[in-house]
Amino acid sequence: MQKVRRSPFNLFAVHAILITYTAIALFPVVVILINSFKSRKAIFRDPLGLPDAESFSLVGYSTVFEQGDFFGYFQNSMIVTVGSLFFILLFGAMAAFALAEYRFRGNTLLGLYLALGIMIPIRIGTVAILELMVATGLVNTLTALILVYTAQGLPLAVFILTEFMRQVSDDLKNAGRVEGLSEYVIFFRLVLPIVRPALATVAVFNMITIWNDLWFPLILSPSEETKTLTLGSQVFIGQFVTDWNAVLSALSMAILPVLVLYVLFSRQLIRGITAGAVK
Amino acid sequence: MASRRHIRWHIPVFLAPAVFIYTAVMIVPLFNTMLLALYSEADQQRVFVGLANYNKLFGDERWAAGFWNALVNNFWFFVIHMLVQNPIGIMLAAIFSSRHLRFGTFYRSAIFIPTILSFVIVGFAWKLILSPIWGIAPSMLDAIGLKSLYSPWLGKEEYALTTLALVSVWQFVGIPMMLIYAALLAIPDEILEAGECEGITGMSAFWKIKLPLVLPSIGIISILTFIGNFNAFDLIYASQGALAGPNFSTDILGTFMYRTFFGFQLQLGDKYLGAAIASAMFAVILIGVCIYLFGIQTRLRRYQF
Repeated sequence: MQKVRRSPFNLFAVHAILITYTAIALFPVVVILINSFKSRKAIFRDPLGLPDAESFSLVGYSTVFEQGDFFGYFQNSMIVTVGSLFFILLFGAMAAFALAEYRFRGNTLLGLYLALGIMIPIRIGTVAILELMVATGLVNTLTALILVYTAQGLPLAVFILTEFMRQVSDDLKNAGRVEGLSEYVIFFRLVLPIVRPALATVAVFNMITIWNDLWFPLILSPSEETKTLTLGSQVFIGQFVTDWNAVLSALSMAILPVLVLYVLFSRQLIRGITAGAVK
Repeated sequence: MASRRHIRWHIPVFLAPAVFIYTAVMIVPLFNTMLLALYSEADQQRVFVGLANYNKLFGDERWAAGFWNALVNNFWFFVIHMLVQNPIGIMLAAIFSSRHLRFGTFYRSAIFIPTILSFVIVGFAWKLILSPIWGIAPSMLDAIGLKSLYSPWLGKEEYALTTLALVSVWQFVGIPMMLIYAALLAIPDEILEAGECEGITGMSAFWKIKLPLVLPSIGIISILTFIGNFNAFDLIYASQGALAGPNFSTDILGTFMYRTFFGFQLQLGDKYLGAAIASAMFAVILIGVCIYLFGIQTRLRRYQF
């Protein structure tokens, strides 16, 4: 439309579009957060206003803390997320190293077999996964969730990490071999530190998916002791539908940890997505 | 490396944990689910019934209606994503990739925030905002003089699914935006400069040079959207419940399978029929992936820079 790329009108239009879209993206989050600090009356009288001295209220938060075990849920989510990430990264990196480093019969085939899981969602197998967990007595344990998320995360992790492992210089590894280091030492001491950025990418991706998942907690471990934060807030909100203060506070409590993590890791995440796409 | 005949034990040691967990928790259950679809329960005994579950699913009027309703809804859900999410994502990415853009990182981080939130948060947040009780949506429409357009969208059969699809678009627009942005950044400057010498700049540079170059990325995003949509469940469950109301108008394959598997209200759960639905979902996804791999991907021209 415009011939000159930097004409003032163009620049104005660009920022207008971006500001509008940013507002659309942030509006619901902001509305939830500000209203969670207001009294019930103020929530309805002036939903878009900031809480002031008169309308400020923490009644929603106190209901949430009294009625729901949010610290317990948070702890469960942490255990599941950190545990799954540990196994995805460790086992994924080990398999990726073997696929990238050694030539053996069936290498390509095994790589394809592992990559299959990128295209097929693990949820399709839920019925049999539940049977498996019932048979092994793992229903309503966090172990069940960690196992499922590890299996879910491995295909993409192996795929991405194999690409990165191929780029690690052979000289380094061969120098290690000349020194008489075992293959295990070469992997843990020499190769793993080099692919740390790739590990971070895989970790951030999986972190969001695992933390936010509702399906498997709902099916595999819905008991009160093993609820994750996502499931816990879903159930809590379902019970308190008419208590707007409590619902808004519960939503805010679910938003905040993710938001904090995002602010801390957004650089890695965005770099990770862009790096993954260029590959 | 010295002794080639010697079994190199470290290779199986490196591979075993990943292959074992992946096989035991993902691949075997996937096959078992398809096997379970061929069984049923009689007198608390598992009996082989062949294709009876599929007969029921496609032949029994009540079940067939539910299945086709969910499948058609799921397609509509996917179509909205393709028509709204991906074009908006591409547009934003194109804006970000233009040179001399200020505050680009800020906008990108902000627009990506909905993507990191869980479906539960997103579903409820929008449910509250669109609710006629709270009245944020009607009062905002009132402010721009469009109050007559308001209706309780999530509560109306004809609008609910589209509304939820748009909520999902709102949440996930960050992903195509980032992926296309990365693809646009990978285009070498020389190509764009060569275009400039020919007088191709601005919008026409986008249509004639950039867009054709990022088509493979758009293809990948489309198939990822397809897989994600046909396996969706959380958003509908969080905002409309397992019954996917009003009157099943927001029912998609994920919620349909969940209801069949676990039962709801008076209907008992039937895991064998649930397994049959899961297998049907698997078939739908497989067909989609094959169409992409053989029909679309091979025709996309890739350029090497």
